[in-house]
Amino acid sequence: MGSQDVVKLLGVEVSPVSRRVEWALKLKGVDYEYIEEDIFNKSSLLLELNPVHKKVPVLVHGPKAMAESLVILEYIDETWRQNPLLPQDPYERAKARFWARFADEKLLRVAWSALCSLGEEKEKKLKLAVEAAEKIEEEIKGKKFFSGERIGYLDIAMGWMVRWLPVWEEVGSMQIVDPVNFPATKAWMKEFLNHPVIKDNLPPTEKLVLYLHRRSKMLSSNPRG
Amino acid sequence: MGEELKLHGAWISPFVYRVIWALKLKGVPYEYIEEDLSNKSPLLLKYNPVHKKVPALVHAGKPICESMIIVEYIEETWPQYPLLPIDPYERAMARFWVKFAEEKGDAVWALFRTSGEEQEKAMKGTLEMLKTIEEHSPDAKKFFGGDKIGIVDIAFGAIGYWLGVVEELLGVALFEAHAFPRLHAWLKNFTEAPKIKENLPGRDELVVFVRSWRAERLLASQN
Repeated sequence: MGSQDVVKLLGVEVSPVSRRVEWALKLKGVDYEYIEEDIFNKSSLLLELNPVHKKVPVLVHGPKAMAESLVILEYIDETWRQNPLLPQDPYERAKARFWARFADEKLLRVAWSALCSLGEEKEKKLKLAVEAAEKIEEEIKGKKFFSGERIGYLDIAMGWMVRWLPVWEEVGSMQIVDPVNFPATKAWMKEFLNHPVIKDNLPPTEKLVLYLHRRSKMLSSNPRG
Repeated sequence: MGEELKLHGAWISPFVYRVIWALKLKGVPYEYIEEDLSNKSPLLLKYNPVHKKVPALVHAGKPICESMIIVEYIEETWPQYPLLPIDPYERAMARFWVKFAEEKGDAVWALFRTSGEEQEKAMKGTLEMLKTIEEHSPDAKKFFGGDKIGIVDIAFGAIGYWLGVVEELLGVALFEAHAFPRLHAWLKNFTEAPKIKENLPGRDELVVFVRSWRAERLLASQN
């Protein structure tokens, strides 16, 4: 496909991973049409375009559709070459991929799981989430952004932390990234939030809270989820 | 790149073999260091402080961890025998399936570690994974990579071969030819490809090892 072909993005406003793709497209100045999916009532289009996972985000470029937010980020970087997201050097690229994956598996997934758990299970998961956050704190020490002086792939991957994590902490009555033990992470969160592309591109806190309450109500009335 | 290349691995590890296959297909020479997983070397712990696992590839003193991330590093550093297509969309498709293998492959690894209800769950997960790949993955020519082995073959190949090991161990048939004809044909092509065939751990040896490892674990958990 030429980089001139129509770009569409199927996303969900409250999704921490679907937002990543919007940030990447905006950073590169790529025009796209956004289609908001109803998370409680997925469209036939979504089910057709991502039959394997039936999830957002799905990027459609011309006739082709692709899924998995981090995979989409790499596609965007390879298709539109301005404002590179990933570093050039293979070793630095490997490190960026490593930390993006680590954060997704050991922090995002675990923090969400802690939010959805109770009692001892919750305590266990919280402990694991904090351990993961500690490793990430070491990574961001002394850096403005994870990618260096400019925002990049790893910042986009971690970006959910600036809006979704505080909401999960509040709603879940739990603390993972506190200002005393995570000064570098907190400083990065401030820088990231202040970035012109990011600050106008975040879901309102209230919307996230509303979604979490709605979801929890649905799950308690239908435990199969 | 004429710099020193070392791979810390363990002969029983499917993740290590993914890296070996990538290096062998590209004809890249390296030094292999066998790790005792019950007594990991200080070097391994230094090179992979976050996960403390094999494989760890060390290139001119710089460590790279996580099997498929290592394979992408190898791909970007040594361009001969490309493992990824050139077209960005085809690359995105390949990476999608690599991620799928990384996520859903967990069910297969769980079969080795678990028993009872947890193992039942892992069997269900394994069957679902196989069904999805059989139904949704792009038409494999000879390989997922086309006429030559690619990154998706490497990702799935480890799962496929080790699945055979755990089936023999547990005396179950999960990956049946009549249920998964495409995948069966693909695995045969993969395991018979010269560079792969020469670089596979013996199935019998693996079964013996895993059998005794499971017995030890069971004993330890009872005490």
